[in-house]
Order: sequence, then structure tokens, then C-alpha cells
Amino acid sequence: MADERIKLLVCSGAACTSADAEELKNALSDELEKQNLKDNYKIIETGCSGSCDFGPLLIIDPGDVFYVNLNPDAARRIVNEDFINGNTVEEFLYQSPETGEKLKTLNEISFFENQTKIALRNCGKIDPVRVEDYIHQGGYVALAKVLHDMSPEEVLEEVKKSGLRGRGGGGFPTGLKWEMTRNAEIRDDKGTKYVICNADEGDPGAFMDRSIMEGNPHLVIEAMIIAAYVIGSRQGYVYIRAEYPMAVRRLEAAIKYARDFGAIGENIFDSGFDFDLEISIGAGAFVCGEETALIHSIQGQRGEPRAKPPFPAEKGLWNKPTLINNVETFANIPTIILKGGEWFSQYGTDDSKGTKVFALAGDINHTGLIEVPMGTTLRSIIYDLGGGIAEEKGFKAAQIGGPSGGVLTEKELDLPLEYDSLLEIGAMMGSGGLVIMDNETCMVDIARYYLDFTQDESCGKCTPCRIGTKRMLEILNRIVNGEGEIEDIDRLIDLSKLLKQSSLCGLGLSAPNPVLSTLKNFRQEYEAHIKDRICPAGVCENLMLRKNKNNKAKAKESKEAK
Amino acid sequence: MKVEKQYQEKNTQTKEEKNLDKDKYEELKNVIQEYKEKEGSLITILHQAQKIFGHLPREVQIYVAKSLGIPLAEVYGVVSFYSLFNMEKRGKYTIEICMGTACYVKGSEEILKILKEELKIEPGEITEDGKFTIETTRCIGACSLAPVINIGDDIHGKVKGEEILEIIKKYE
Repeated sequence: MADERIKLLVCSGAACTSADAEELKNALSDELEKQNLKDNYKIIETGCSGSCDFGPLLIIDPGDVFYVNLNPDAARRIVNEDFINGNTVEEFLYQSPETGEKLKTLNEISFFENQTKIALRNCGKIDPVRVEDYIHQGGYVALAKVLHDMSPEEVLEEVKKSGLRGRGGGGFPTGLKWEMTRNAEIRDDKGTKYVICNADEGDPGAFMDRSIMEGNPHLVIEAMIIAAYVIGSRQGYVYIRAEYPMAVRRLEAAIKYARDFGAIGENIFDSGFDFDLEISIGAGAFVCGEETALIHSIQGQRGEPRAKPPFPAEKGLWNKPTLINNVETFANIPTIILKGGEWFSQYGTDDSKGTKVFALAGDINHTGLIEVPMGTTLRSIIYDLGGGIAEEKGFKAAQIGGPSGGVLTEKELDLPLEYDSLLEIGAMMGSGGLVIMDNETCMVDIARYYLDFTQDESCGKCTPCRIGTKRMLEILNRIVNGEGEIEDIDRLIDLSKLLKQSSLCGLGLSAPNPVLSTLKNFRQEYEAHIKDRICPAGVCENLMLRKNKNNKAKAKESKEAK
Repeated sequence: MKVEKQYQEKNTQTKEEKNLDKDKYEELKNVIQEYKEKEGSLITILHQAQKIFGHLPREVQIYVAKSLGIPLAEVYGVVSFYSLFNMEKRGKYTIEICMGTACYVKGSEEILKILKEELKIEPGEITEDGKFTIETTRCIGACSLAPVINIGDDIHGKVKGEEILEIIKKYE
């Protein structure tokens, strides 16, 4: 029987939790009790709703009334003024930064209005772990359909038709990967194959996978079972970083619920198909996001990558054929099955179908999580959804794809964001972290920051990566310290080429990208550091000269004033 | 004489510690028993061992290696590879400063500097009173709260400069 109580959705993502969402929830609960309204309302702790800047927040379903920046006192007022007297409490509604108008419901707000949600479809709307809530939103219907009405070939055909490409960064066609693993020669009598969900989201500035796992873990579980059915696997693993304890807890709970419900285990939905799922927790190594390194880590070894081929599709976990997909890739699958590959491919561009989740962070008004069709421009993301650059400073650059990616500048504001267009300009989709930077950011310092990261995270197995990143970092440190020589720029370019040609895995191959990309777009900043001993942005401490000193002081003042 | 006294002190200390350790080793023994037969469970066992002991000293690594019948080098190889495994003792609270891009852009380096000066330790070290360890950590995925500091189970977001000193005062 359907629950007819009004739902009070309290976001309990990491951002809202640290903004005391718990207190809000308790105050709501106490006040409802006090006013004898407990039977009419149901408080649900949801995963991240995406709008991290507005937390703690409350969404009232049905109606989608959206209250923001709440506290316990606000909760009591909402119960009394809104629930009892029917008057919306204007004070806690979202205020449009452009018009100053108070907006009552979710869909009036440009942050939500401009999104198309597939992977994030239920995030922020349901209790993440309870299977009933997921089912209420159409969950596990795709799995039932697959197991009872479709052959593995038919499912594969649908995934191929969708044009879905891997959302972890590389953009390899998902259907093709599934087909390769399905057709892989089986080496033992039992026909063992594995499905792995790569939830080792290590890119600094990215939190899409975390939010999906915290907000809707069943979506990923359902997709993994579907994938297992297609390739003929009976055992799956979710490899997740230890840095995401809440995601681990919710996933564990969701797996238990799914098992009780009969979606995991033997004879799933009376179809004769068996599948089990385990969690494997990482221990802090960025390189483990690389698939062969990840496999070694699940095997309990050092997370070092190995040369490919053979690809995991042929020789993966314990040398058995293994399918590895990223969290967001999996999160698209159930909807593709329900609505068809054709439907999915209506979104996006010719080469990049569907939607992409981006994590917006940095110097932007509305940070958080968004999902937009592939090919949406950076301008639209920053200004239509993100509410523009914070503190009325100018836009300088956006770093996309973390340490593997590059910077987008003003001239790329109207570039459609998709796999291939980004590669053409020397950037990369990566996992979809978008860090927006204003004009008080030093691009040489940013390049140095990324090299410091990759140098530290290089596993050390191959020499180009181990020593190459170290030398590049030394040069960049020299430059930001005011000891650079003009030849250093050529040295950086030479080393970059070497790394790109000879590294063993993606970490080393892409490590030079932030340097090359900043050099291409902001070469004059490098030259100012080297020739004039000036940091134009006033960030590098050893390069404080005349006017820059003022800049830095100003920047500091405005930061303190905040 | 001095040496003897030191030795005695050390000895009594280890005796107390030994009793405490005995329980811990018992706990670890159970963990290993549980996972022993499962292939590839070394990292899981080490996670548990670190939870029990607070860190992974050489003796614990030797114990794990012996119990699993694998070379110590293999255990050490794994412990030293992953940044979340610590071989040194930790403070009562570990202050983790997120060094993700968003946090970096929003000034996490400044906070680290303030903490280093105030607590007179470098990342990975422990304060004299044993209360704090500071640690830089990789992106914890709460980028909209940048800069983010994690102390124990608490996330502190949008920390501004000196504010961090007020925050750590609350930890006793």
C-alpha cells in the first residue's frame, strides 16, 4: 500500500551533514511530535540533492517546495506557519541572485531547471538505502525486465544503441566493452567472470560518484546485476575508496536490503540467475582508479598497474575476464533498459550521447552537483546553473578532468563539453570535476599543484612517471620560487612529451596535461614568473613585487572580509 | 646507572603495554581467522589491524605475515604503498587537511601553515602532548565546502584562516 504521508526530504549529503542537517532533522521531528502531526509527515534523509550551497535544506514532496539554509528554529517555524497555517515561510525560500525574487519550488530555480537527470534521477528524492523507496521510483523494474523478457544479446544491443561511453574519463564505448567481456574466452570449467564497479573516485575536485553511491546505491547495484547477466558473471565487486565512509556505509546497507529483497543471491526473481556482490575498500592510492591497478588492489596487493593488452576484459581479476565500469556509467544503465537506447541517444552530441554529471567547485556562486546533456557549454554551466563567479571577480579558467585534464579559458566558454572536443583542445573530460577559478588564481601555481599531486601519487613502477614527474615538479617549484630560467619552459615541454610517449598507465600518460594546457593558454604568466620575477596574480610568495604586493593584500583583505 | 634506570622504565612500560597488547593481538587473531581462507584479503586485514592498534608497527606486520604464512616483505610492501596505512603512532585526533583542487584554490595551504606553526609539527607527526597528528589528505569529495578539514568523524567546511585554531580548541 502506498504511503500517503507528505514527505519531508532532508538532504544528508556530506555538505549538508557538516552544515548540521542532523539538528534540522531532529528539530523537525520534535516539532511534528509536539504539534501532533507525526502521522501526516514522514521525514526522509536523502543523499545529495546537488545544491550544496543551500544546505541544510528541506524539500516537501509532493509540491517540491524548497526551503534553504535552515536551522532548528527555522524548522519549528516551518511546521507552525506552513504545515499548520498554510503560509509559506518566505524568509527561507531561495532568492534569485539576478532578480532578487523569492522562488518557491525546485523547478523555478535555474540551478535545477536547466538540468536533465538520468544518472542522478533519484538522488535527493529517496531514502537511499531502503529498497522500497527505490522500487517506488521504478527501481529494479529494469532488472526484472532483463531477467524475464530479454536475452543477454538483446540487452547488449540496447546498451550499444544508446551510445553510452565510459563516464570514468576515457570515454570507451560501454556496449563494446560489455561485448568484449561477454565474448572473452573462458579459461576454467566454472566459467568464472567478474563485474567490478570502479568507485575509486580520486580526482581532486570530483564528487559525482560519491554522491550517486550515497544518494542512490541501488541504481548501481541494479546495473551491475544487469551487466553480470549480459556477460555471464556470478560475482561482482564494488571497489570504493576508504575516504568515502558514508558511501561505504550506505552501499553496505543497500546490498543487505537488496539481498533480503531477492535481487542479489541465488535464483534472482525466480529467473534461475545467480549473482553476488561484495565491497572492496581501498587504502588511499590515486593510481588504483586505473583498472589494472584496481584489480591488483582487490587481490590484496600493491595497486600497481600493468601493461595492456591483455585488457581486463580478457584477463582481469584473478586472470579471469572482468568487466570494469565506473559508477556513473552503471547509473545510466537501468534507465537505458527501461526507456530504450534510442531514447537515451536523443540527448547529447553525435559522438557523446546522454548526459554528464559535473561537480562544480571553486570560485563559483552555486557549488554542487549538476547533470546536463553532453555538449552543454561551459558558459551555460557557469552562468545559467552555477550562478556566475563568486564575489564579482572575473572568470579566469576552469580545470576539467583533474590531474589528467587541462584548463578551459574564456575562449572555450562556448565550446560544447564532450569527449572529443575536449581532447582536441588538450583537455579531457576525466570524471567530470569542474573547478572554476577566478582572476586571482596563478596558473603556474595550479600546474605546480597538479604535478605535486601526480608526483606524490605516482606508484613508481615505471621510470618515466616516477622520475619524470619529479623533475617536472622541481622545475615548476623553481619557477614559482622566482628561480626559473627561460629554458625551463622547453625542458617542461620535452619532459611532457617523454611522459606522454613512455608511461605505463593513464596516470603518467596524462600527468603533463595540466602543464601543457596552462603553458598553451597562459604562457605569458610563466614568462612573467621567469623573466620579470612577477606573479601577475599575486599568489606566489617569493615573487611579491610592487603592485602585486597590493594585489595580494587586497585578496587577503577580501578573503578576511568574507 | 642511568642506562639501567631507563631500561627499567622502558621495561615496566612495555609490561603494561603488553597486557593491553595481549587483548589487541587476541582481537587481531580473530580477524585473521575470519579472513584467512579468503584470497586477497590482506588489505582488509590490515584495515582491521590498524583500527585495533591505531597504527601498524613492525611487530604487527610481522604477526600478520606469520599468521598468513606470507613474507614480511609482502605485508610491508602493501603497508608502505597505501597512504592510509600508518607505521607511526598517531595523536588522539588526526586533523586531516583536504588538499583537493577546490580546497587548494580556496586556501587550504594557508590553514596547513597555521596549524604547523601552532602545533609545531609537520604532517605525519604527533604533538608533544600526544593529542594531535596533522595529515594532508586527498580530495574527500566535499568540494562545495572548500576548504575542508576532517577531525575524527567531524567535517568542518569553509574554514577560514585562523578560525581553525578556534575549532581545534574544542577537541579535548
